[in-house]
Amino acid sequence: MEEVPHDCPGADSAQAGRGASCQGCPNQRLCASGAGAAADPAIEEIKEKMKSVKHKILVLSGKGGVGKSTFSAHLAHGLAEDENTQVALLDIDICGPSIPKIMGLEGEQVHQSGSGWSPVFLEDNLGVMSVGFLLSSPDDAVIWRGPKKNGMIKQFLRDVDWGGVDYLIVDTPPGTSDEHLSVVQYLAAAHIDGAVIITTPQEVSLQDVRKEISFCHKVKLPIIGVVENMSGFICPKCQKESQIFPPTTGGAEAMCQDLKIPLLGKVPLDPRIGKSCDKGQSFLVEAPDSPATVAYRSIIQRIQEFCSQRLPEGENLVGS
Amino acid sequence: MEAVAEPGNLAGVRHIILVLSGKGGVGKSTISTELALALRHTGKKVGILDVDLCGPSIPRMLRAQGRAVHQGDSGWVPVFVDREQSISLMSVGFLLEQPDEALVWRGPRKNALIKQFVSDVAWGQLDYLVVDTPPGTSDEHMAVVDALRPYSPLGALVVTTPQAVSVGDVRRELTFCRKVGLRVIGLVENMSGFVCPHCSECTNVFSKGGGEELARHAGVPFLGSVPLDPELTQSLEDGRDFIQDFPDSPAFPALSSIAQKILSETPVGLS
Repeated sequence: MEEVPHDCPGADSAQAGRGASCQGCPNQRLCASGAGAAADPAIEEIKEKMKSVKHKILVLSGKGGVGKSTFSAHLAHGLAEDENTQVALLDIDICGPSIPKIMGLEGEQVHQSGSGWSPVFLEDNLGVMSVGFLLSSPDDAVIWRGPKKNGMIKQFLRDVDWGGVDYLIVDTPPGTSDEHLSVVQYLAAAHIDGAVIITTPQEVSLQDVRKEISFCHKVKLPIIGVVENMSGFICPKCQKESQIFPPTTGGAEAMCQDLKIPLLGKVPLDPRIGKSCDKGQSFLVEAPDSPATVAYRSIIQRIQEFCSQRLPEGENLVGS
Repeated sequence: MEAVAEPGNLAGVRHIILVLSGKGGVGKSTISTELALALRHTGKKVGILDVDLCGPSIPRMLRAQGRAVHQGDSGWVPVFVDREQSISLMSVGFLLEQPDEALVWRGPRKNALIKQFVSDVAWGQLDYLVVDTPPGTSDEHMAVVDALRPYSPLGALVVTTPQAVSVGDVRRELTFCRKVGLRVIGLVENMSGFVCPHCSECTNVFSKGGGEELARHAGVPFLGSVPLDPELTQSLEDGRDFIQDFPDSPAFPALSSIAQKILSETPVGLS
């Protein structure tokens, strides 16, 4: 069904349906009619829905396994420690939804109400949504192609009844593909405050992260800053530091200087972080004295400061 | 043996191995690279097909960044990473004009390129083709499994790290393998403990034991635990041959045993 010619120009390109390579494609007529380029009505619906959401933050990385979900979860925990702040955490990693486990909400179910899907509330002021809540078994695989994943993301943004929210944090899978394009497109009319980009120090990560930064520029997504995770390891026995993931090309610091993007902070590797995530507990509470907690809190504060400089309509109070 | 498909560019490839994980950042590209190097050291000719289109890591790991792909008579000529031409590589990394360029493609376009990588690269005669994949169970995975099906891949190496958050994703990948009829050769647990270079204390940085337990639960062979070794990370950063340079590393025995498992499943038969 998804037979697409080798040189498919893309359904939303100007050449859609008209290029030489479109001949014989089953979608040719649809693309040529301009239907692919017509604005999705969901974008307006999502804009309406997002009126009750003050700040929207995407957590991105080109690279997998650098700690996006860990960071998203702890950003949510940190912000929600103030019980007057309403926080929403949306997990759009459809194939590998980690957020339910990290938030200690595995096995919870999503309920439908008259006003839409109800998120799962960890606290009164912290609601969570993930495809993980829609799966009946931990072994279930979500083997979906792009269009179906996009449909799910649209539903998450349009149909979840978050209520009034101060911060909506969107956790993403690694890459620069369907999920990322969809969330940016669907939220286009609703103004995203910006993206927090997570990396680890080594070049193998940075080379993917530079692509993610390039993606942000391409889609005009403001970048709040970069977080360097797993930045050094302190041995619990001898307290000496080692670099498990060496910053062979200067780490995030050099990359941020090069690309003129703020480095929000560096978080060291603390084995207790992984344990907290596995248990579904907030690391900030489990290990309040860890240098990693100190780093997280400082980063969270910088993100709050960035957001408070932006009015909900997307206008800056302070020029950049 | 191989299905009788149209003789194509994979006709000379004896065994195909996919390296998968539901989880990102567990070391798929690392394991793919080290497996290729280990097999090369036993005299085999190995190809690596990198179908991670958004985050192509393999060129750097083999010091092949910036190389160009040429068109030959039978298709694209893969990049040889060594003078002896014992390891060849195809990656979208070679097709980008700028290394920091993002490939912002939706599924159908990615599928089309992956099909081309499978059918239009002139691999020639190879003992093994190792296919490195991005994390997940989506377009790239379905496209590459479909495209390789006529060539009866040997199976999949599935990589995880020890902690529950990884295992949670990887068990879904095992379901994917079952659903698409891809045999699991075995499960590898990566980043399994870190030995402090100062005091030799071993810390379970990413927890412990999850990989072995998952293998038991899913009924797949457990191929071993690879510890965290900064020398391994450094070798990959520099594009050096870890298998040759660091035979005394704590990571070496596990990586060798993965290669041994593959070799034992694919004895050289009489032609």
